[in-house]
Amino acid sequence: MADKIQYEYHPDHLRNSEPLKYDPAGLRSEELLVNIGPQHPSTHGVLRLETLLEGEVVKDVIPHLGYLHRCFEKHAEALPYNQIIPYVDRMDYVASMNSEHAYAMGVEKMLGIADQLPKRVEYVRVLVAELNRISSHFIAVGTYAMDIGAFTPFFWLMRDREHILRLLEWTCGARLLYNYIWVGGLYYDIPVGFEDRCRELVRYLRPKIDELQKIVIDNKIFVERTANVGVLSIDTAINYGVTGPMLRGSGLKYDLRKVDAYSVYPEIEFEVPIGTGAMGSTGDCWDRTWVRVAEIRESLNIIDQVLDALTGPHKRTREFDPQAMVPKKIRPKAQDFYIRAENPKGELGFFFRADGSTDVPFRCKARSCCFSNLSVIAELAKGGMIADLIAILGSIDIVLGEIDR
Amino acid sequence: MMDFEALTGKLAEHLGGPLWTETDPSATPGALIIQPENLLKICEALQKTEGLYFDLLSCIAGLDNGPEKGSMEVIYILHSIPYGHKIMLKVMLTRNKDQEPLPVVPSVSGFWKTALWHEREVYDLFGIHFEGHPDLRRILLPSDWEGHPLRKDYQHQEKYHGIKVAY
Repeated sequence: MADKIQYEYHPDHLRNSEPLKYDPAGLRSEELLVNIGPQHPSTHGVLRLETLLEGEVVKDVIPHLGYLHRCFEKHAEALPYNQIIPYVDRMDYVASMNSEHAYAMGVEKMLGIADQLPKRVEYVRVLVAELNRISSHFIAVGTYAMDIGAFTPFFWLMRDREHILRLLEWTCGARLLYNYIWVGGLYYDIPVGFEDRCRELVRYLRPKIDELQKIVIDNKIFVERTANVGVLSIDTAINYGVTGPMLRGSGLKYDLRKVDAYSVYPEIEFEVPIGTGAMGSTGDCWDRTWVRVAEIRESLNIIDQVLDALTGPHKRTREFDPQAMVPKKIRPKAQDFYIRAENPKGELGFFFRADGSTDVPFRCKARSCCFSNLSVIAELAKGGMIADLIAILGSIDIVLGEIDR
Repeated sequence: MMDFEALTGKLAEHLGGPLWTETDPSATPGALIIQPENLLKICEALQKTEGLYFDLLSCIAGLDNGPEKGSMEVIYILHSIPYGHKIMLKVMLTRNKDQEPLPVVPSVSGFWKTALWHEREVYDLFGIHFEGHPDLRRILLPSDWEGHPLRKDYQHQEKYHGIKVAY
């Protein structure tokens, strides 16, 4: 053994733990099987795509998932409701506040305390969730621009995302995985002076979004690269369970913040941007990216209104205790419960079965938005060029932490 | 948006009688408890009937009640985007004992393509077979993994390709 060098080539090194769906020996002579990932920068994480090509044309794409599977649902069956929140953070790790918001809301509705929460708690939740939505969209648009060859926007957006992360870090001490929204309340009230800093951020970001629109979205090279690429029709989108900016990019006005009207969203005015095919066909990669940028603007409007509420009718008082409603024991009565909420990437759902006798869910299933959104990729990529496959994958905006859970 | 009673009434009228064994209005959204052989008929009625039109299958969740109870469930959450209806379907199955074949549910992937991946996930984690699924493989775990981890009596294997599984 000692004289054997492990780095030298051996056919066993190329053995797949996950077998291919297509047999390389059974291909026709013009067909080629190309493996993309799991360590490829354009797959946005650890996703492996088995791609069947004919020349440069994609004939089929088979995603192989599970490289980041961390057994969320198995862990959740062994933990009390409040201790699951840190695990929820780690699903979609670039939009943790939104996931926490959905989860906490679900448990509160099961307990029947959802409508007794102080309004200030709800407004703070919406504030941090919308901040996190903007930072998630920044990653989506920034990495997408980088995928298709524009390097500068990525750095600009990462710089601005950093300002948001610093604000969120100020609330709870963590940059990404917050555990800030608790079942029944919040960890802390927002720090003194936070509202002013948020106003400053909104003032700073508005011109930057216009700049982003100019340098990326309306850029001729970007339009040529994304318009008419990966066109997703509404019917296909709904049939595959595609939600969020992808579904809205296809032209359907379906935003759960409006449809389910949860939290304080009914008290806030905002538009739901949809794709119209302004540069090509409705539902192409350009539409999806444009919807994300338009949503950033709407989120800024929401933040403005929330700040008005947080400094006006629901302003900070000495008596306000964000943990006042946090239950000592979380024991919902026996029931099945499904909650869904609008995450930056789509419909995040949690299915709970409570058995009424323990503080631990009997079953907690997370319905991941990226999981369903990714499942449509073969439909989008078939018949296109392999270079377009990268453009399509980037426009789906996946986070593997949430797909694999 | 129809409430649960109106919804079940309309569905029973369309199907020529209730094909479900019971209802569970305490669930959110309200649930029908059904036998696997009636699933496809109910799904077809839910998707195709004028005024119901459940076009969005949000989620399929497996559930294991444990070897003592000897039952498993597959739970479907359906939404209708134009009308705003919502419903939950709970399919009851008999749990298989050692050496018995896996419990079988008909696949709904013919109605909603969402089911293609969600059913693979349930198969992977619970060991429930979906009859008529075009490509039923494991999805989250490696294809040579042993057992179905979300079963209540799951024991993980000692080693996977020479790597100790326990941590």
